[in-house]
Parts: sequence; C-alpha cells; structure tokens
Amino acid sequence: METEVTRDESTLIERIRGGETALFYELIRPYERSVYLSAYSILHNHADAEEVAQEALLKALTHLDQLRENDKFKAWLLLIAINEARMRRRKERPHLYESLEEQTMETENGEFMPRQFADWREIPSDLIERKEIRTAVLKALDSLPEKYRDVFILRDMQHLTVAETAAILGLTVQAVKTQVHRARLQMREQLRKAVDGQIAVLEGK
Amino acid sequence: MVKCDKVLQELSNYIDEDLDPALRREINEHLRSCHRCTVLVDSTRKMLYVVGDERVFEIPIGFGERLHSFLSERLGN
Repeated sequence: METEVTRDESTLIERIRGGETALFYELIRPYERSVYLSAYSILHNHADAEEVAQEALLKALTHLDQLRENDKFKAWLLLIAINEARMRRRKERPHLYESLEEQTMETENGEFMPRQFADWREIPSDLIERKEIRTAVLKALDSLPEKYRDVFILRDMQHLTVAETAAILGLTVQAVKTQVHRARLQMREQLRKAVDGQIAVLEGK
Repeated sequence: MVKCDKVLQELSNYIDEDLDPALRREINEHLRSCHRCTVLVDSTRKMLYVVGDERVFEIPIGFGERLHSFLSERLGN
C-alpha cells in the first residue's frame, strides 16, 4: 500500500529528475544516518564511513534515473552505500577481508549449531551506548560471511522488510529468510559474552 | 508436539511472526516446558534489540553539515 511518505518521496524524486537538484537534501535527510551506519557496519572506521556515505549519496543523486521503483529509494540507497563500503574494504584491507570470509561457524551439513544457551537478563537501556558493546557488534558482524552480513545489515539493522531486502540484493524471499536466520544465530552467539559481561558491569557485579 | 531442533529451525520465522498459526501454537507449547529453547528465543530477541537500535554506533559530530557542504560543492548549488 502506498503511504503518504512514499508518495511525497516519489514526487520529490520526479522533481529532482526534472532538474530541481536542490531538493535532493530534503529527499536524503531521513536516510543520512542509515547510510552512514551501513557504511560504518562494514568499515569500522569513522573517517572512511563518512567518505563512503558522502560518495554513496552523491552517486545516488547522479544515478537517480536508474532507480526503477521510486518507493524502493531507501533500499536502493542503502545498497549503494553497502557496495561502496565493500569496495573500499576490499581495496584497503584485502588480507583481512579474505581471512574473515573464511570464518564460518557452520557444521558439515551447513547448519549452524548454537554452542551454549546462556540466559540473558533484561537489557539495561544504557547498554547499547557502551563502547564494549559497539566493539563487540562490529567484531560479530565481521565474523559473518559477506552474503549473510549484507542481509543482516539491511534486514535487522536497517529494518527493511524481507521482500525489500530480497529485491535489492537480487535474492529470493526464501534465500533472505535462510541467510538472515543463520546470521542471527551467529550474531547471537558472538555477542552473548559481551552482552552478559556488560550487563554485569552495569549492575555493579 | 515439536522438538527442540524444529524450534531452532524456525527461530527466525517465529521471531518475525511468519509462521502458520498451528505451528506457532505448537512452538509456544514447547517453549512453556523447555527452558533451553526459551533462552534461545529470548537471547536472539535481545541481540536483535541491541543491533537494531541506531544508538549502537555513533554518528560523528558535524556529519550532516559536512555532508551538505560536500554535496553543495559537487553539485554547484
């Protein structure tokens, strides 16, 4: 169903295509943070992420005529950011990139097995802003194979729907569901200790 | 009644509420008596809560301003 937001956005996109480029700032304002965060999720470096975010947004504007469905603007924009970040990462850190891609936690038949089932208590609200958690999230993302990571960033960090994620990555809905499932299990396992540890610190234990 | 491996297999669909009602009921039933699976569901939800909050990463101060100057410069407006 078309919402008021997508209608307005679609009008903006048409007007920008028609030459009113200054309206681009208005179009991207709601997504600037998401573009930055997607790049940062992959690059782990503020300066690089900022440059990539700028380049990605410029690229989106100069290639706006290639966006086929106006209501997919957010997904399309995030994909540009992810691709740009990925290219930069490969260029600058090829060795790191290769070694990380080899790390998977799957068993022989391709199924992930959770090792432990530690209990996580209530999450204190300031947990998310702790440096240790940020570091752990980045490290956990790095442990994912690239194809799982893209799906996870779009679906669970940027909150696109399964259908949007599938469309933008050229995957089937079922493939997105499978990859997101495996990514979640790995992320949970990777983050378990950090989250438990930081909760204990916040509770003064 | 479903077993633990089925819960593990359907974990994401369960969290996303993308299951047919009969299977969902069976999983709920299983969770009532299985601590292990309850913890699995609970901790996966919490992981998603942590990573899905945009505060999890900082945005550098002045990012928006620098972005706008960059684009103005390139676009010439």
